[in-house]
This record gives sequence, structure tokens and C-alpha cells, in this order.
Amino acid sequence: MTSAVQSLPRIAVLGAGHTGPVIARVAIEAGYPVSIAASGDPAKIELIAEFLAPGAEARWAADAVRKAGIVVLAIPLHKLAAFDPALVAGKVVVDTMNYWPPVDGVQEMFEDRRYGTSEIVARRLARSTVVKTLNHIGYHELDADRRPVGSPERRAFGVAGDDPGAVEATAELIERIGYDTVPLGSLRAGRLLQPGGAVFGVPLGKTEFEDALSVQATV
Amino acid sequence: MSRPLFDKFPLVLGLDTFGDVTDDEHGRPLSHAQTVRNLVEQGVLAEQVGVDFFGIGEHHTHDFPLSAGDVVLSAIAARTNRIHLGSAVTVLSSDDPVRVFQRYSTLNAVSGGRAEVILGRGSSIDSFPLFGYDLADYEELFEEKAQLFAELLKGGPVTWKGNTRAPLHDQDVVPHTEFGPFPTWIGVGGSPQSVIRAARYGFSLMLAIIGGSPARFAPFSRLYRQALERLGREALPVGVHSPGHVAATDEQARQEFWPHYLEVIRRVAKTRGFAIPTKDSFAFEVGPHGALYVGSPETVARKIAANLTTLGASRFELKYGMGGLSHGALMTNIELYGTQVIPRVRELLASG
Repeated sequence: MTSAVQSLPRIAVLGAGHTGPVIARVAIEAGYPVSIAASGDPAKIELIAEFLAPGAEARWAADAVRKAGIVVLAIPLHKLAAFDPALVAGKVVVDTMNYWPPVDGVQEMFEDRRYGTSEIVARRLARSTVVKTLNHIGYHELDADRRPVGSPERRAFGVAGDDPGAVEATAELIERIGYDTVPLGSLRAGRLLQPGGAVFGVPLGKTEFEDALSVQATV
Repeated sequence: MSRPLFDKFPLVLGLDTFGDVTDDEHGRPLSHAQTVRNLVEQGVLAEQVGVDFFGIGEHHTHDFPLSAGDVVLSAIAARTNRIHLGSAVTVLSSDDPVRVFQRYSTLNAVSGGRAEVILGRGSSIDSFPLFGYDLADYEELFEEKAQLFAELLKGGPVTWKGNTRAPLHDQDVVPHTEFGPFPTWIGVGGSPQSVIRAARYGFSLMLAIIGGSPARFAPFSRLYRQALERLGREALPVGVHSPGHVAATDEQARQEFWPHYLEVIRRVAKTRGFAIPTKDSFAFEVGPHGALYVGSPETVARKIAANLTTLGASRFELKYGMGGLSHGALMTNIELYGTQVIPRVRELLASG
């Protein structure tokens, strides 16, 4: 461990379902200290942390968030209505979630198609700084598709947010995990990363990713 | 390293189907009624060629008309003696656990103790609106109903109270099973909490691996075994369910399977956010590190043996059939699986 590693911010992963433990694992392997929390008692997810994200500390959500520099929200989107915004007030929150009515059921708050789902999340988490990324890759690929800088197979992720500092910190996390990043300039532009978009679920290198986004943005 | 549990559990090699509507020899889809009758023939053939288990996955769509698979299983039971019969999966969240128990306990009686149940959500979400459930309640529905199902399996009068169905007070649920509880599994697609839940209720673990590297599920097997141990429960078997297609040669199997796979995934991709497969992604999935078991008997057998070892599993269920394949191609698949794949897997694992 070098001193540079020690200076990396703690990551709090909220959610211990399909996605959360995978994000926790790759963040640990990228050198970040990581806490993971579900909706209740950390004792319930201790085994999950031990086997699926060795090194991640299972915590109550409030404890995990308090010490974190970046909070990764990896809960099913339909659970957001019951999520307490005060829990993540003042924090950078990475929104990895997608809205799929056939899977989530119809959620009234996400039915307003004038806004991207992350804009709606940001409005609900009004005292947090929301960044959208990690939503357009399958959770099972997130682990397998990591590549070092310069690899021709390295995939790119979009990172969308209104706060340049939050976008930069999140992009650094993604880069260290093993992916290139393409900043999108605003959270509103994060609509391009949603299901049905040109980059959703598609493995693309950085240049291809930028091309796909620019084509889509002009349509 | 994980090791297969063949010392504790017998190696079980089965077939699963979603009862996809098949095409006739002219490429026209058969009727639902004919599809159902053909499915009975497929189950009977499976026993004749030495398959250990035959499972039908519950679906409620035009492409997959198997909404009442247990009735089909009962018809197969009447014409077979040895093969085990079960669901793959039963969508428990939108069903009544009491009725599921009653149906499979009846199947168990009809078949002389050959019934099994795999509980899960599967890929079928159509049952939620059909039966008046909200998908957003999935977790609570599944948790409560799995817990009630575990109670019902114990036999004897059940007292139960929850939010998702009427309470039961000292209720005798019939028919009683003859020889104790029938085998019950939970199908898990990637949720570690479902793994823990299976351990908590004493259900066996069925890993549904339908894309990507099977090896990434190895931590799930270890998590499951550790959870059973900490709960003070006895060890239980781990199984793997994956799609595939067996034909005489690798090339023939791929050629038959690819166009139908592309078509089906393309349709599902719209609603589920899957990436549409490409020739490259397909080549990966049918290769040694992918999730599809498509190829000659030797290719498929080697892949099954390797992944059972990697995952510490003692059971494999090949989900055969893909909308638009012909009944004839499926019968050939079943025959090759029983007569060539199964003996070869047993041989590979005995010598390994």
C-alpha cells in the first residue's frame, strides 16, 4: 500500500443485491476503502461482504455514509421512494440505477419523460451532489471487463453530473477500477446513458463511445 | 478451490424447458395445444434416454404457453417410472404457496415420489399483472411465501401469519407427502440475498446462469455453503441451470440455435435492458468461458463437467429449446443429451 492509496476517499456502497457487492469488490481491488450497507442490520450482510466483496466493511447505512467521500446508490429504483434523502445530505452520490417499468413496475415519479431518471433522483436527493454512471453496464460484466489503461479492450463509461469536482472524483474511481471515462457535462445529458440509448449495454472503447453519444445527441 | 460434492450428493443431469412454441417442418409455429402435447413426448423421451430430471418453467406468454406446467408433468409421470419431475421455476411470488404445495404434493403422489420444486421469479414477470400483484412488492412477496412454503414442507398442521395471504391456524394441508418433504430449490440469478434466503429456509441452491462467465458464480456456492454451516444446517446440493442446444456437430448446433437465440433475446432486450447479441458475443457465450452449452455432445459434456467442478455443484440442468426450433430438433437434442452427453459427463467427472 502506498501513501497515494491511503489518500483515496472511502466509498460507501448502499445496496447488497445484484450490483452492490460487485461494485464494492472492484472498488476495493482498485485500492479504495469500502463500506457496504443494506437497508437494515449489517449482521445480515456480513457473509455477503465476506464472500463477494472481501475487505468491504458491512455497516449500518448511516455509519457507512458518514465516513464516505463517495456514496454509490445501488438499490432497485422503486425503493427510492422509501429512501431517506437526509441519509446522504452533503455527499457525492453516484446513481447507478435504471428505470425499467416491466421489471420495477410503473413508478409514478419516474414517468415524467421530460426528465432523465437521474435528474428525478437529484431532485429527490436535493442536498446531495448526484453523478450518473455505472448504469449502462451489466453488473456481471463490471468485474470481468476491467482492463488496464492503454489496453485496446478497455471499455468507456459515461459520467454525467453538474458539479465538476464530483464528476472528477467519480471519474477517478471508474478509471482506477479499469475503465475509461467520458464526461457528459451535465446530469441532464445523462439521459443519453439510459436504457434504449446508443451506449446502453454495449461494450465500446472511448472513441466509439464518444462517437455513439454525439450521433445520438444530434438525432 | 471448490470441489464437486459427489461424495455427498449424487450427480444429477437434467433437462429444463420453458415450453417454447416450436415450429413445424415448414417453419410455421405450432398451436399451443400441440406444443403442450409435444412437451409430454419430450419428457417421456427424456426418461427413455436416461435423463435424471425434467423441469418446466412457468410462463404466461404467447411464446411460452406453459402456465400450468405441473399438469404436463403429471401426464409425463403417468408414462414414466424413474425420471424426477419438477418446475424450473415456479413463480412463487405471484402464486399461493398452499396451492403450489398441494399441486406438487399431488404430483409427488402420482409419480411415486419423483416431484421437485424450484422456486423463483425466473424470467417470467407476466404473472404479476395477471394475478394482480405489483412487481415492486416482489421482495416481500417472495420472502413471506418462501417462508410459508418451508413451513408447509415440514408436514403437519401449519400456523402462519403474514401480509401477503390469509393467515393459517393449525391448518392441515393435503395431500400429505408419503416420505417426508420433496426436494425444493431456490433459483438464483445473481442476488446474494436469495442465496442466504435459500440457506435460511433449508432449500437447495439452483444457480441460473444465462450469460457471462459461469466461474463468477463460484463465490455464490461458497457463500451458500458457509451460510448453511453458520446456520447449523446440513449441507445441501448446488445445481446449475443454463441454456443450450446439442446437435451432431458444433457447427450444426450453432447454426440451428443462433437465429432463434438472436430473435428471442432481441425481443427480451427491449424490455429488460439486455444487450442484443452479436456474432462475437455469441462466439464468447458458446466458448469455454461463456454460459451457453451449444455444440456437439463432446463439447457440451466437457463444458458441463468443467463448470460443475468450478462451481462445486452436483447437478446440471440444460435448458433446451428456443422459440422457433422444431420439435424434431428438440427430440434430437434430448436423445443426444441422454445417450451421449450424460454418460460422457459421468466419465469425465469419475476420472477427474
